[in-house]
Amino acid sequence: MTADVAVIGAGPAGIAAATRAAQAGMRVVLLDESPRAGGQIWRHRTTAGLPKMARQWIARLAQSGAIVAASTAVVDAARDAEGFVITCERDGQALTVRAASIILATGARERFLPFPGWTLPGVIGVGAGQALLKAGTSFRGKRVVISGSGPLIMPVAAALSHGGARVLFVAEQAARSTVMPFVLGLMTRPLMMVQAAAYRAAFMRTPYRFGSWVCAARGDGHVEEVDITNGHVTTTIACDVLCAAFGLLPNTELARLLGCAVAYGSHVIDETQRTTQDGIYSAGESTGVGGVDLALVEGEIAGLSAAGKDARAYFRRRDALCALSRSMERAFAPRAEVLALARSDTIVCRCEDVALGSIRREWTPRQAKLYTRAGMGACQGRVCGAALELIYGWPPDTVRLPAEPALFSTLIANSATADVPLGQGD
Amino acid sequence: MNTADVTITIDGRAVTVVRGISVAAALINDGMHTFRSSVTATSRGPLCGMGVCYECRLEIDEVAHRRACLVTVTDGQRINTGQRPRQ
Repeated sequence: MTADVAVIGAGPAGIAAATRAAQAGMRVVLLDESPRAGGQIWRHRTTAGLPKMARQWIARLAQSGAIVAASTAVVDAARDAEGFVITCERDGQALTVRAASIILATGARERFLPFPGWTLPGVIGVGAGQALLKAGTSFRGKRVVISGSGPLIMPVAAALSHGGARVLFVAEQAARSTVMPFVLGLMTRPLMMVQAAAYRAAFMRTPYRFGSWVCAARGDGHVEEVDITNGHVTTTIACDVLCAAFGLLPNTELARLLGCAVAYGSHVIDETQRTTQDGIYSAGESTGVGGVDLALVEGEIAGLSAAGKDARAYFRRRDALCALSRSMERAFAPRAEVLALARSDTIVCRCEDVALGSIRREWTPRQAKLYTRAGMGACQGRVCGAALELIYGWPPDTVRLPAEPALFSTLIANSATADVPLGQGD
Repeated sequence: MNTADVTITIDGRAVTVVRGISVAAALINDGMHTFRSSVTATSRGPLCGMGVCYECRLEIDEVAHRRACLVTVTDGQRINTGQRPRQ
């Protein structure tokens, strides 16, 4: 498949980018590993339940002429003399996309931090609760405790309550005093305040506590109870599901594989959304977590820029939303206590079952891999690597192909098309 | 069963589920918590729900390591968690 612009990630940023680039006359392909375009926030089985804004953008995308390749995981991306070669896997088949430019809209994942009992089935992320619900999981009658950080908690608690869950307790790890500047900043955005109030109304009877976090989960083969603490008092709550995550984290693996600079965990971009590599743009949460409105406007700018069009009309809106996003980041930074929940026998690397006590602070991520296999499993360190960056202050490890676990047949197809054959890259 | 449903087999057992849901949702709705055993034989189920953590990986239609959260159920789909003997 050949395109002028390949957009990787079909959340709001990717949808907006693909739409604007296609409307500007580019041949666009939009790649996403999920079965449908929409990303996490607009994940859906039927568009009926989606907000109006989402339905509008999905309709615009459909009319734009952009080709949507869903259930398509990007395994490798590399530059050659003619542009970029993107190796994908779809339904066990290799798919190669050639493109003159790339827009990375790889979004964010949840930041997980280890605590005793976090590997028990039934302990899931906060966004994970919403993702599983939207994918058809029933939470009806289930007792749910939420321990998280940031505005994402609100729609998740509301959605689970609407879905029939009994949300027993919501813990926000950030202190009220650090969140207040962000809340005051929202005063200039009454629509956001109204939305937050509507979410809160959906779980009105549930306690929502600042400066609280989960410190342990217990159960026999499945979570049965959790400990919630505020640093002074610890309370045990019986539950069926614990949603625990500590904010969002941009996905930077593909960008790093392509040599794009990453700073403070996000893609480095200029005002046109261009990364530090020619022909590669980035939009949405991958440039810093800022929510759907910022993702959309960044996507529009990236799509226009990749098509060689002037996007200056959009800059002001983006820059205002960016300021809000930075304020949010400060408000919900993980507190020191949540970085110290894991004990020496708590598993940190869930793929290879490596306990914190086996991994020495003075090592590099590479040493941890060589000595303990931490970070070498199927998730390729996406969970434990991010945790160890905070717990031990480690730098991110290098990224290598394949960016996702892939079939050998896919890697062979890759070696037949890419300029660096497999086995000669090192 | 109506046209809105599909039948899948989970560890050899036929289960009727709503069309369009994910394999992860189908298993959880069927009361299953354990999707795989870890390398030290502890139980694991979905963590991220969005394809990042690989904790929900299992065998679907004889392909190993498929992420249950990213695959939609289809009629006749065969899912093996390795947790119960195959039939």
